[in-house]
Amino acid sequence: MVVVLKEQTPKISVRPEFQQAAAPQIKEKVFELNGIEVLYGGVSAVKDISMEIGHKEVTALIGPSGCGKSTLLRCLNRMNDLIPTAEVQGELLYHGEDLYGPNVDPVQVRKLIGMVFQKPNPFPKSIYDNVAFGPRVLGRKDGLDETVEKALRGAALWDEVKDRLKDNAFGLSGGQQQRLCIARCIAVEPDVILMDEPCSALDPISTGKIEDLMIELKEQYSIVIVTHNMQQAARVSDRTAFLMVELDAEEHNRWGRLVEYDATEKVFTNPSDKRTEDYVSGKVG
Amino acid sequence: MEAGRATAPRNRLAVAGARSTTEAMLRNQPRGDVIRNAVFAGLLLLAVAIALAGLLALVIQAFAKGSSALSLNLITNPPSTAFPEKAGYRPAIIGSLQLIAGVMLFVVPVGIGAALYLEEYADSSRWWNRLIEVNIQNLAAVPSIIYGILGLAFIVRGPLDLGFILAAGSLTLALLVLPMVIIASREALRAVPDSIRQGSLALGATQWQTIRTQVLPASIPGIATGVILAVSRALGETAPLLLVGATVFVTFDPTPFGTDGYSAMPVQIFNYALRPQEEFQALAAAGILVMLVVLLAMNSFAIWLRNRYEQRW
Repeated sequence: MVVVLKEQTPKISVRPEFQQAAAPQIKEKVFELNGIEVLYGGVSAVKDISMEIGHKEVTALIGPSGCGKSTLLRCLNRMNDLIPTAEVQGELLYHGEDLYGPNVDPVQVRKLIGMVFQKPNPFPKSIYDNVAFGPRVLGRKDGLDETVEKALRGAALWDEVKDRLKDNAFGLSGGQQQRLCIARCIAVEPDVILMDEPCSALDPISTGKIEDLMIELKEQYSIVIVTHNMQQAARVSDRTAFLMVELDAEEHNRWGRLVEYDATEKVFTNPSDKRTEDYVSGKVG
Repeated sequence: MEAGRATAPRNRLAVAGARSTTEAMLRNQPRGDVIRNAVFAGLLLLAVAIALAGLLALVIQAFAKGSSALSLNLITNPPSTAFPEKAGYRPAIIGSLQLIAGVMLFVVPVGIGAALYLEEYADSSRWWNRLIEVNIQNLAAVPSIIYGILGLAFIVRGPLDLGFILAAGSLTLALLVLPMVIIASREALRAVPDSIRQGSLALGATQWQTIRTQVLPASIPGIATGVILAVSRALGETAPLLLVGATVFVTFDPTPFGTDGYSAMPVQIFNYALRPQEEFQALAAAGILVMLVVLLAMNSFAIWLRNRYEQRW
């Protein structure tokens, strides 16, 4: 999809003020969203999301609370399936395959598309068993020690824990726990890693480590990150999508809408939408 | 206020006023409040005292009456009407042990299975699942004699037609305590945070793998506590056993499927207590002591288990 942004002529426009900027050219796309809408119990949480997510890039989803960033992220590996009332409409392609197609098993989807959560959620087991859990349930038991070491090295945690792999993971600090969760995720060798505000419960130093890690990880993985922290999005991501809350005429219902999606540098320095500019410059929050 | 000097006295007055207000606020609370507080605390203490007094009276009375009969004979000898000084509880103890073993065999898989279904699989927004939940709560409150009648009608006779055997008694007791086990297991499962389930599912584990490798291991201490408490309840039950054939006087060691009858501790105590002779009264009291010790030991073990192994999140 090649749209020249400068012209500012939206292709689809439900409301004139919600002109949706299209992404710049993406070489290889991992996800393609066409008119995605997520409903909880029949009420929309996000509407009309159309975007393409690049392979081996960091894509950040930013926006105010309640704009549906996390909801959108959870669509991508079918975690929304776990909520009985949730419903996803529209088309979501993963490497060209319909992720919500009739023959797609959500369990297989989650093997390929891993997730790191807002609050570190290590299992109440040893550090080793936490990382080995994924390979074990997938039946990859050969060379488990090497897999665990590789994953812990990949998550920049190996040097800190190599002498206490048998200790309970609950003894680690919050930042270490989160890196353990990242190690756990890359131990199953996914294609994509989704991160739902991975640093919101961490101190600045731990946050810095995880941000460095993300930049390293994008060599191998496609990363989609939801963040409240605009500086974080600016530091780590290649592309940024800005979502905002939209209200209906009576102001009863609210849902998230994609306002702008572009190269991160452009979103933060020269956004094409006034609301993006207000948000990234801190005028509204 | 133009000049500070001119306003100084007024300021002083204001400071004094504020100070006295603060003093008044800090002074003792009204007398009525103090009395009401003391009376209420006293009433609460009285409630605790009454609760403890019952248990204490039971223990003291049983000890005073039964201490003369306390000996190894209690455990090793069968009951006897002719020689109360040699009589004991052997068949009843063996019967009780077999009964609770049977209860556990039935209650652990069925109770945990039902709890897993209700917590992990059932969609609680469906009315029938909510109906099942309410009914399990209600079942836990059904009087035990009604389970006795159920056991008589459906297990001893009726569809299962097992006859008056120990296994039938076991099954009846298991049905009686099953709701307790389900409720306790559900509590334990609910204590496992959803973030653990999501973390496991996000790694590509199936729901069953998640339950087997994450949810169940984390909730086993809570489930075990519930099972022990339920079994100790089954151990003390008398009424349903009388209906499903626990004969009050058995002098041989019972077997699970033997048709000659069986006995259990509370049933045997009941039998001794009914006899007018002083010696049998002492035997009954000694039996109560034995049961109290066993029950206290089981419940203490349950509490220890919970405190030692309970997963804190």
